[in-house]
Amino acid sequence: MATQTQKPVAGPDAASGAVPAPAPGRTRRLGRALRPGPAPGANGAALYRRWWLPWLWTLPAIVCAAAFGVFPFLNTVVLSFTDAKPLGGAANFVGLSNYTRMLGDDDFWLATRNSLLYAVIVVPLMVLLPLLLAVLVEKRLPGIGFFRSAFYTPVIASSVVVGLSWQWLLKDEGLVNTWLEKAHLIRDAIPFLSDPWLILLSAMGLTLWKGLGWYMIFYLAALGNVPRDLHEAAAMDGAGPVRRFWHVTVPGVRQTMLLVGVLTGIGSLRVFTEIYMLGSPTGGPGGQARTLPFYIRDVGLDPLSGNAGYGAAVSVALFVLTLGLTLLAQRLTKGDEE
Amino acid sequence: MTTSTPTATDTATATETTAAPRPARRRFRWRDYGRPRELVVRYLLLLFVLAITVGPLLWQFLTSLKSTTEDVFGTNATLLPQHPTLRAYEQVFDQVPVATYIWNSLIVVALSLTSQLLFSTMAGYMLSKPAWRGVKGVWLLLIASMMFPFESIMVSLFLSVRDLGLVDSLAGVWLPGFVGAINVLVMRAAFLAVPREIEDSAMLDGAGEWQRFRYLYLPSALGSMSVVAINTFIAAWDDFLWPLIVLRSEENLTLTLGLARLQTSSFGYDQRVVMAGSVISLVPVLVLFVITQRWFYKGVSSGAVKF
Repeated sequence: MATQTQKPVAGPDAASGAVPAPAPGRTRRLGRALRPGPAPGANGAALYRRWWLPWLWTLPAIVCAAAFGVFPFLNTVVLSFTDAKPLGGAANFVGLSNYTRMLGDDDFWLATRNSLLYAVIVVPLMVLLPLLLAVLVEKRLPGIGFFRSAFYTPVIASSVVVGLSWQWLLKDEGLVNTWLEKAHLIRDAIPFLSDPWLILLSAMGLTLWKGLGWYMIFYLAALGNVPRDLHEAAAMDGAGPVRRFWHVTVPGVRQTMLLVGVLTGIGSLRVFTEIYMLGSPTGGPGGQARTLPFYIRDVGLDPLSGNAGYGAAVSVALFVLTLGLTLLAQRLTKGDEE
Repeated sequence: MTTSTPTATDTATATETTAAPRPARRRFRWRDYGRPRELVVRYLLLLFVLAITVGPLLWQFLTSLKSTTEDVFGTNATLLPQHPTLRAYEQVFDQVPVATYIWNSLIVVALSLTSQLLFSTMAGYMLSKPAWRGVKGVWLLLIASMMFPFESIMVSLFLSVRDLGLVDSLAGVWLPGFVGAINVLVMRAAFLAVPREIEDSAMLDGAGEWQRFRYLYLPSALGSMSVVAINTFIAAWDDFLWPLIVLRSEENLTLTLGLARLQTSSFGYDQRVVMAGSVISLVPVLVLFVITQRWFYKGVSSGAVKF
């Protein structure tokens, strides 16, 4: 772009291109007549006459992105070579010892396995179930707006609130176990909240349940772009609803499915609250249901026994996993375009 | 007011009112919507999903209304409260500092709303104008800052907050995300959507940059500002992990933290009381949702990354 190489003094008028800029004298006269606004640089004419004005307006965003986005990541990498403590004190350079400790740490591998397992199970379901739901609510029926909104409510509720609800549902004496006992399907209560595997599965159920409405909206938008005549043509050729779903709807929303896959994959690696609420603050018995973020908090941020350096090393591992997943998804998308 | 102002506002409102007149309403007939069998199956499925999605929350609400003489669990428990009472709501305020929790949550929400709206609008506007040096660098910085999942930088963030002396303070909860890069992107997109021609004509009429921002850009970006506001409100009100890391003392807890602590405390609170607390947490977001529904769905399509 030509405008970008120009001197900042050239101002916004240069950017407009098509229309000749008004005489500078006139702009200045009008600018003086203006009321001062709440934001800095309220005087319109002066906006680009002072080179620092754009910087001033973007400064808060720059500070936030730099100090609380990019810097923490670089700092995490640095910290992972030290033995920093969460509550302060001198940090010593310890070389790669945090990483060697990590590789031999069974709890770390357990947390990694749990997080990956979470992704492997949740992603396919989260890609498919909201799509089915979107197909169900796509048709404009009387009252459909109510259903759509109702399906969205779990999304806006806090994870803590829905966690509490599920906790009381899944307890040994909770509603689910009571009903199953009443129906004579089980004799003893299913230990949803005390068996590590069942905690993980329950948490996955909670994640799915909470995400359904969110991704339903993604798919609803995508479904609107699938041409109607394709459905009609397929129906004329005698394709039933199931065949039409697989051969018309699914190819039509392919890109959205990939996007949802990536988002839920990254989301799976970030799971914390579900495990905290369903598996108690220890993350299941002996911490066996802990995910990676849970483990980072335990080893890195515990005020007494925490080692921020080691926590940072695990954080780097989490980041690498996330990055790997994103790159994998990008590859898949590329293959899709060809 | 200068003479150019009305022109700017007029053109802005003209872009907003694009709705066509509604066609006359036809008489309602079920058969317009499909064959009876298909309709029955569809509605049964819809009700089934409704029971799954809203059921647990509804049950939470119903339990909070039960009196102490009723069973909450077990084979004798009924779904509907037999003697509905608000006792649990009184108790949750008596036994637990819920009012303090709510107040703390509101402070974080207010701080976040102010900073997010103000700063994302400012930065989004400037980023929509390519006529200054360094705009690309700022853009890259914002994109880069979104690459790192919060969980992978929270250790370092905590150390920063500690060095700033903000551990166990609400400012510490608010500070690290005081203006989200994603919100800046949303606002930038909104400003870019304003047609160039309108700005040109406003400029020909002599409107200065501040006037154009105030009377042309800002009114047409109100929708996106609502999206930012809603997302910010929900994120701040529902947040759990970061407040859990930063906050320590009872009087500083936010509502979600207080609820979680209620549940895991050794006292073993009455379930009706815990449920009453949950309902209190749920009501503000629900009300907001009902009032501002259409912006909610917009918020999803603006691509916010959330699980």
